[in-house]
Amino acid sequence: RVLLPSCAAAPRLRSYHGDAVAALGSQIDTGSALYQENYERMKALVSELHERAEHIRLGGSEKARKLHISRGKLLPRERIDRLLDPGSPFLEFSQFAGYQLYPNEEVPAGGIITGIGRVSGVECVIIANDATVKGGTYFPVTLKKHLRAQEIALANRLPCVYLVDSGGANLPRQAEVFPDRDHFGRSFYNQAIMSSRNISQIAVVMGSCTAGGAYVPAMADESIIVAKQGTIFLGGPPLVKAATGEDVSAEDLGGADLHCRKSGVTDHYALDDTHALHLARKAVRSLNYSKKLEVTIEPSEEPLFPLDEVYGVVGDNLKRNFDVREVIARIVDGSRFDEFKALYGDTLVTGFARIFGYPVGIIGNNGVLFSESAKKATHFIQLCCQRKIPLVFLQNITGFMVGKEYEVGGIAKDGAKMVTAVACANVPKITVIIGGSYGAGNFAMCGRAYSPRFLYMWPNARISVMGGEQAANVLATVAKDQKAREGKELSSEEEAALKEPIIKRFEEEGSPYYSSARLWDDGIIDPADTRLVLGLSISAALNAPIEKTNFGLFRM
Amino acid sequence: ICLACCCRGRSNINKVLIANRGEIACRVIRTARKMGVQSVAVYSEADRNAMHVEMADEAYSIGPAASQQSYLSMEKIIQVAKVSASQAIHPGYGFLSENTEFAELCKQEGIIFIGPPSSAIRDMGIKSTSKTIMSAAGVPVIEGYHGEDQSDQCLKEHAGRIGYPVMIKAIRGGGGKGMRIARSEEEFQEQLESARREAKKSFNDDAMLLEKFVDTPRHVEVQVFGDQHGNAVYLFERDCSVQRRYQKIIEEAPGPGIDPEIRRRLGEAAVKAAKAVNYVGAGTVEFIMDSNHNFYFMEMNTRLQVEHPVTEMVTGTDLVEWQLRIASGEKLPLSQEEIRLKGHAFEARIYAEDPQDNFMPGAGPLVHLSTPPPGPSVRIETGVRQGDEVSVHYDPMIAKLVVWAADRQAALKKLRYSLHQYSITGLNTNIDFLLSLSRHPEFEAGNVHTDFIPQHYHDLLPPPSATAKEVLCQAVLGLLLQEKVVTNAFRLQTEDQVSPFASSSGRRLNFSHTRNMTLQDGKNKVAIAVKYNRDGSYSMQIEDKTFEVLGDLCNEGDCTYLKCSVNGIVSKPKLIISESTIYLFSMGGSAQIGIPVPKYLSSAHTEGVQGSALAPMTGTIEKVFVKAGDRVKTGDILMVMIAMKMEHTIKSPKDGTIKKVLFKEGSQACRHASLIEFVEEESDEA
Repeated sequence: RVLLPSCAAAPRLRSYHGDAVAALGSQIDTGSALYQENYERMKALVSELHERAEHIRLGGSEKARKLHISRGKLLPRERIDRLLDPGSPFLEFSQFAGYQLYPNEEVPAGGIITGIGRVSGVECVIIANDATVKGGTYFPVTLKKHLRAQEIALANRLPCVYLVDSGGANLPRQAEVFPDRDHFGRSFYNQAIMSSRNISQIAVVMGSCTAGGAYVPAMADESIIVAKQGTIFLGGPPLVKAATGEDVSAEDLGGADLHCRKSGVTDHYALDDTHALHLARKAVRSLNYSKKLEVTIEPSEEPLFPLDEVYGVVGDNLKRNFDVREVIARIVDGSRFDEFKALYGDTLVTGFARIFGYPVGIIGNNGVLFSESAKKATHFIQLCCQRKIPLVFLQNITGFMVGKEYEVGGIAKDGAKMVTAVACANVPKITVIIGGSYGAGNFAMCGRAYSPRFLYMWPNARISVMGGEQAANVLATVAKDQKAREGKELSSEEEAALKEPIIKRFEEEGSPYYSSARLWDDGIIDPADTRLVLGLSISAALNAPIEKTNFGLFRM
Repeated sequence: ICLACCCRGRSNINKVLIANRGEIACRVIRTARKMGVQSVAVYSEADRNAMHVEMADEAYSIGPAASQQSYLSMEKIIQVAKVSASQAIHPGYGFLSENTEFAELCKQEGIIFIGPPSSAIRDMGIKSTSKTIMSAAGVPVIEGYHGEDQSDQCLKEHAGRIGYPVMIKAIRGGGGKGMRIARSEEEFQEQLESARREAKKSFNDDAMLLEKFVDTPRHVEVQVFGDQHGNAVYLFERDCSVQRRYQKIIEEAPGPGIDPEIRRRLGEAAVKAAKAVNYVGAGTVEFIMDSNHNFYFMEMNTRLQVEHPVTEMVTGTDLVEWQLRIASGEKLPLSQEEIRLKGHAFEARIYAEDPQDNFMPGAGPLVHLSTPPPGPSVRIETGVRQGDEVSVHYDPMIAKLVVWAADRQAALKKLRYSLHQYSITGLNTNIDFLLSLSRHPEFEAGNVHTDFIPQHYHDLLPPPSATAKEVLCQAVLGLLLQEKVVTNAFRLQTEDQVSPFASSSGRRLNFSHTRNMTLQDGKNKVAIAVKYNRDGSYSMQIEDKTFEVLGDLCNEGDCTYLKCSVNGIVSKPKLIISESTIYLFSMGGSAQIGIPVPKYLSSAHTEGVQGSALAPMTGTIEKVFVKAGDRVKTGDILMVMIAMKMEHTIKSPKDGTIKKVLFKEGSQACRHASLIEFVEEESDEA
């Protein structure tokens, strides 16, 4: 390892003589064949990611977009750009929601754009309907994405700004969006609950808000409506006509003039989209909100190594091992990592570092989990919870070690300790799946079920209960045993025919796009963006106070 | 006390009152300070915080903004002179500088008037008298008629005798008022009547004189000085030919193309003129010069002229010092032989005015003001600082930029360079016009005359062209970098100073942020798509061209510079961003690019686009012809406004109904203030 003296940097906060630490990571031989192959392969995955994202970014069909613009409306992404503090970053969630999810129907970004950005200096969750996609109607995935964004807002105590432009539930799919607990009604329930917890809800009506949708502005703390564009009504003109025979225009039934002057459903009258967004910025400014930090901060520093070197470190072959420290060295401030229990349970790397000046505890996989590694992780999670340090999980795990020796050693109870610690930890938890995510390893490394505040995937990642080949082998073994009981033998052709579709299916279902399309994560990210995404996520997470953790019982 | 001294012909001036304001007051104070003479300033209410007040050792308030009640109030000024125990009054130029009565009053009160005796002022103040005196003294005078008989018949006969073209001028006239040219006999009557009307209005005296009109003449003037001992010298000539609205705009010394023999004859004629009226102090003898270098006496200005610094630069003198010394009875500091001409000097007058709009005088705040660094060969004579206001009540001159170099070419080069370094925002100035003037080949060749600006109008004032796309990119970059500064400032106020959300990186996940921006280039809106690149640079697309842009802001002194690279070409223009305008000043010229104000922020602005009645400049509403509810047609007169001593009629920009009249008669309206509100009509929005 190359030791780089930290004196190269300007004096840092609380950095005394003798505090200098060795940097983590090594100057990688970027000329090596392995590095180059890895780099090229990962680069190809990233390029594919960018191309697909570029397409999704456009939103609906060209025709739909042209029609939208011709009405004097801004496209949803431009609305978000103008809502945000100019030039500030936007942490967008689940761009691939609905990706290849519905046969014969494309729903770019799930028909709704969600994310976190700064509005008047306040980090807010923004939920924007894309009316160019199926008229902004709610597909099941649209709803799931809407609810997930609210969940993020609730967990991180972030004000919500709704840019509403939606035709309501997608009628042919009403059964999948209306009746259940986590269906349409939940979004209004969330608004009420968040408002009750002093998490501001601001709605900007920039298009229709029909039926249930009418509750978005009606349940908001403050609402804005765009003249001659926004409409709010429980029943639209066709429904009114059918019900009472009354002939009424949309504008007269629920336009800006009606709601600002007579009904009082909306509070602010905007001349156009730009004005509405300006009013929304003012509304956020009037929240009298300031973010209070419970963690220490230090000036942010770039890592010592180029971020994209992780392409060459990791590559796309999940069977190939890499040292997760090389990844950490390309994420954390100044590539400085204070490793904890470096010599114990070394298939797991734990330690403290800073990302954009925020303190983090990092847990990264360096192989299969053993009892020692699980116990080390449990100890480290306890430390972070005690100290209120956010946790980052860099997940690349095939699972816990199997075999008699390990079962005897009680790996199940040691694994349970780690799972308990992960589940109970109340500090912000952020998971990045940087490789494989299989079996119980997914649980121990804070998979989706463990409610990390945010969960992202790299484009090379794979997620499934086990690897496709293992699954195929397991099934083949079962089939063989069955045949053996019948006194028959499984021919190699039969075996191959049995295994092939399983491998194929696992491959397809393990893909990050498959996962992201179903909202099993919060988005696929470019590995080179990991540092930024983590920085933004931690910043957002720190809006919520860090509660004290009470761990469940650790089986000794 | 003083009378005793004056009797001995020698008095000591320890304290001088400057009965003026602005740059000339500052100029006099500077010399007084240098000589150890205490200075006393006077100021009107509008000038409470003016530079001359700050510079003076003492300052006294003398009344309201209107000059009639302040700077022109003789009693108040004499009162201050007494209270402050000033021995002398320097009148500067304008105001009371050529007022016989005031000079007389000073004398009566035993205060030294720094200027010629009142008799000389009177003699030279009336043009017909002055010409008679000069003609008698053997100074060449232009053919003309200065007689008592003002009948149309008589005037027309004399015009015929002198020969057309003939100039008809008010005897009491000045500043181009009451002056007309009759090019032929047919035109004579009409022009005469017009001149009389104007003279009557301006001076309450419509007596006219006639003069041979010299076509494309030069305006050449000679600086003279006389002392109380009967000596007089000349300090060579200045050429002030290039004028607009009959006012000088650029002056130089010596006159280009004038050979030493002519120079000597000019000087001697001027001294002769001075001696003819027993002249004391600084004076200027103005000549009209034809293309063959024949010159004729025009008039004598019995004061220190605005353009005196060019003479100082080429003679190495301090004329204010001379004035003070001569006023205290000393002899002329130098004899004629000792006065040497060295090098060449230019003076450019920087005015608050709009050259594109017939040099309409302007007023307003000097939001940003930065000048070239002053030095021995670059002088900045000014009475205002950044943040000051150019008042509607007084002359809109902001500064005089004076440069000196060994020869005319070198001086001109320096003038241009210095003009480039002069940046002003907040109001329109003539700096760009001065630049194109000083760059004009005919000016460079010294082919100057009084019709220079009308003759070369199209070269000097080309119609505004579209701003180069590269410059638009710089403007956008300036805006983006300014946003960054604001974001950073905000970040440092918050508890969380490290959040990457507080950056201006424009980062988006998996694609680049492209921001659609709009700028206002003159009357056109320009759409610019700005792509935020990962490395902190921007790709800007305007129409079908893409530019790679990056840069930084750097502060030097009080100025911000935009260090930028557009498609690899590096430059460093000065950058000023106001609420709605981006200004870029570079050696290539200055650019003003508007930031469109959104509809919701300013109703006046949108109405401006659709056509509304806006005040063309800051001024007072003289008359209102309409009231709420009136129907008007395009072009109907709505109001009359008085600004910069001129009347402006405000006409209706459209057919419509008046909703509200926003200003009463007698109230003051700022430039571009909306004066009339129209009832909004459906058709407006289409």
